[in-house]
Amino acid sequence: MATTTPVRKLTMARAISEGIGQEMERDPNVLVWGEDVGVYGGIFGATQELFQRFGPQRVIDTPISESAFIGAAIGASAEGLRPVVELMFVDFFGVAMDQIYNHLAKNHYMSGGSVRHPVVIMTAIGGGYSDAAQHSQSLYGLFAHLPGLKVVVPSNAYDAKGMMIAAIQDDNPVMYFFHKGLLGLGWMPSDDLAEVHVPEESYTVPLGQAQVAAQGSDVSVFAVGAMVPKAMRARENLRHQGISVEVIDLRTLVPLDRQSIIDSVRKTHRAIIVDEDYRSFGMSAEIAAVIAEEALEYLDTPIKRLAVPDVPIPYSRVLEQAVIPSVDHITEAIRQLTR
Amino acid sequence: MDKQVSMYRTMCLIRAYEDKLAEIYTEGKTPLFSIAAGTIPGEMHLAAGQEPVAVGVISHLEQDDVVTAPHRPHHFAIAKGVDLRLMTAEIFGRQSGLSRGKGGHMHLFDPQSHFSCSGIVGAGFPPAVGAALAFSKQGRKNVAVAFAGEGAANQGTFHESLNLAALWKVPVIFVIEDNQYAISVPKGQSTAIAKNSDRAQAYGIPGVYIPGNDVLAIHEAAEEAISHARQGQGPTLLEIQTTRLYGHFQGDAEAYLQSGEKESWRQQDPIAKFRTHLLDHHYLTPEEDQLIQKEIQGLVDDAVKFARESPEPDIREAFLDVFAES
Repeated sequence: MATTTPVRKLTMARAISEGIGQEMERDPNVLVWGEDVGVYGGIFGATQELFQRFGPQRVIDTPISESAFIGAAIGASAEGLRPVVELMFVDFFGVAMDQIYNHLAKNHYMSGGSVRHPVVIMTAIGGGYSDAAQHSQSLYGLFAHLPGLKVVVPSNAYDAKGMMIAAIQDDNPVMYFFHKGLLGLGWMPSDDLAEVHVPEESYTVPLGQAQVAAQGSDVSVFAVGAMVPKAMRARENLRHQGISVEVIDLRTLVPLDRQSIIDSVRKTHRAIIVDEDYRSFGMSAEIAAVIAEEALEYLDTPIKRLAVPDVPIPYSRVLEQAVIPSVDHITEAIRQLTR
Repeated sequence: MDKQVSMYRTMCLIRAYEDKLAEIYTEGKTPLFSIAAGTIPGEMHLAAGQEPVAVGVISHLEQDDVVTAPHRPHHFAIAKGVDLRLMTAEIFGRQSGLSRGKGGHMHLFDPQSHFSCSGIVGAGFPPAVGAALAFSKQGRKNVAVAFAGEGAANQGTFHESLNLAALWKVPVIFVIEDNQYAISVPKGQSTAIAKNSDRAQAYGIPGVYIPGNDVLAIHEAAEEAISHARQGQGPTLLEIQTTRLYGHFQGDAEAYLQSGEKESWRQQDPIAKFRTHLLDHHYLTPEEDQLIQKEIQGLVDDAVKFARESPEPDIREAFLDVFAES
C-alpha cells in the first residue's frame, strides 16, 4: 500500500523517552527522577538520552529510597512541578505504597479538590525471562483497584509515546506500566509487533479510550500490554482455521472504556479476557463483571478468562511458560470458546 | 516585644481552640466517647501543651512556605494561618469545610497557606523534601517544614528523607515534636538513643535538641535552622521536648502514665510560664492580656458558630473530586 508519510519505526523504550523529552522541552516544570534514570538512561531505557539533553538539574538519579523519592513527587507537584518518577520494577511498590495510595491517590479527594498532583509514576512490568517471583509481576489490577490513580498499560510504541505525553499533561497521578517484553531492548526478548511507526511530532493518545486492534466477528479478546500482540498472533493462527477474532486493546484500565467492551461483545457474542496479572480479584474479573452487568444478553457462551493462575511467577523457564498466558494458550482458549 | 506578644496570642488561640474542641467532642456521645456519634465524629487528637513547637517555628514562616503536619495538626494549622472557620467546619464534617467534609481533623489541606497534614505516622517527611526540591528548582526563597512526633523518627520515611534532603541540599527543616509518648509507649521503649536530633549526624546535617517546651528557645533555634535553609545551606533536624496535656486521643484513659506525671506537666504549662515572663518584663499588662483572651475567645466562638450553622454535605459530594478535571 502506498503511503504519503515515511514510516519511522521506534522501539517502545525510545518512544517513551521521546515523549518525555518533548514534554520537558515544552514545560520547564517537567522533571524526571528515579533510580538510574540519569547517565544510564533507565534500566529499561525509558529515559535514554534525557540526561545528556537536559542535564542533572532535570534528570535526577535518586538513592534507593522509593518511599522518599515518590513521596517527594507529592510535595513537588503541589508546588508546581510535574514529576515523572520511575519505580524500577512494579514489584518494588511495597516499600513506597503508603505514599502512593494513602497520599498521592487520595489528597485531591481529601482536600475537596483543592490539591492537585500531576505526577507520572512509570514502572516496568511483566515476566517471560526467568526473573522469578519478585521481578516479573504485572500488578496493574492492584493499582486500578484503588480510587484516585489513573492506570495505563500501552501495548506498542505509538500508544506508549502518546499516552506518556497525555499522562504528563494530566493533572492527576497516573500509573504508567510498560511491559519489559515490548520495549525492544537488545538484551531481552521483545515482541516486534510493539515496534511501530511513531510520528516525530508531539501528540497525545487520550487516556480512557480503548482501541480495536483488529476487527473480527466470532469472538472478542480483551487485553492490555504484552497480551495484545500475543492475542494478535493467536488471531492470525485462528484466521487460517476460519475463526474471526476481534482484539480490543483496552490501553487504559482507569478510566475504563466500558462502552468499547460492550460494543464488541454486542458484535461478536463471545468474550475472552487475557491478562498477565493474577487471575483472582483483578482485571480479568472486572472486565467479566462489566460484561455480565451490562452485556449479558448478547453472550452466546460463558465468558472465559486466561490469566496467571494465582501462583507467584516461578523461576524455571518451563514453569514460567506454563503460568503466563502464551500465544498457544490464547489460541487454544479461543478455539475452545468458539467450538 | 510585639513579636513575643503576637506569639503568646497565637498560643492562647490554639489552647482556647483545643479546649473548646475537647468540650464539644463529648456532645451527643453516649457512652461518653462514642467515636461515631456527636457533633464531632471520628478520632480527635488535641495538641494542648504543644503550642510552643508550632508557634516557635512557624512564626518565622511566610505564607508560601510549606508545612506538612501529622495526625495531631491543629496547633500547626492555626499557627500557619489556616482559616479557623473553614477548618472548624471541616472538623465538624460540614459542607463549608476546607474539603467539604471529605477530610476531617487528620486530613486538613489548605493550599492558600501551603498547609497539609496526614493521618499516617511519618508520611509528611517525603512531601516536604519534594516541596523543597520544587523551591530550589524554581529559584524560590521558600522553605518547607515537616513536623512529626518522636514516634515517627523510627519510620523509614524519616531516614530516607533526611538522607535525600541532605544529598540534594534542599531547604527543608525536620522538626521532631517529642511529647515523650507514641500513644502509650514511652520514647525510651521505642528509640535506641535518647535524642533523635543526634541522628542528624548520620546524614551530615545539623541536629539540635531543644528542652524545656520554651517558645523563645524554640524560636531562636528555629531561626537559625530556617535562615540556614533559606540561604541554600540545606536541611536541619530539630527535636523539641514538649508535653501532651490531653491524651493521645479524646477518650484515652492514659493508664500508662506514671503517677503525678500529668500533674507535673500541668504545673509546667508553657502558656502560663510565657505569660509570667511577659508580665514580669512588662511586655504585657494584665489588662492587655484580658483583651487578648476576650478577642481569641471571640474567634473560637465565631468559628464554632460558623461550623454549627453550616449544613451537612450533599450526598453527591461523596462522588466528586476523585479525579481532577484537566
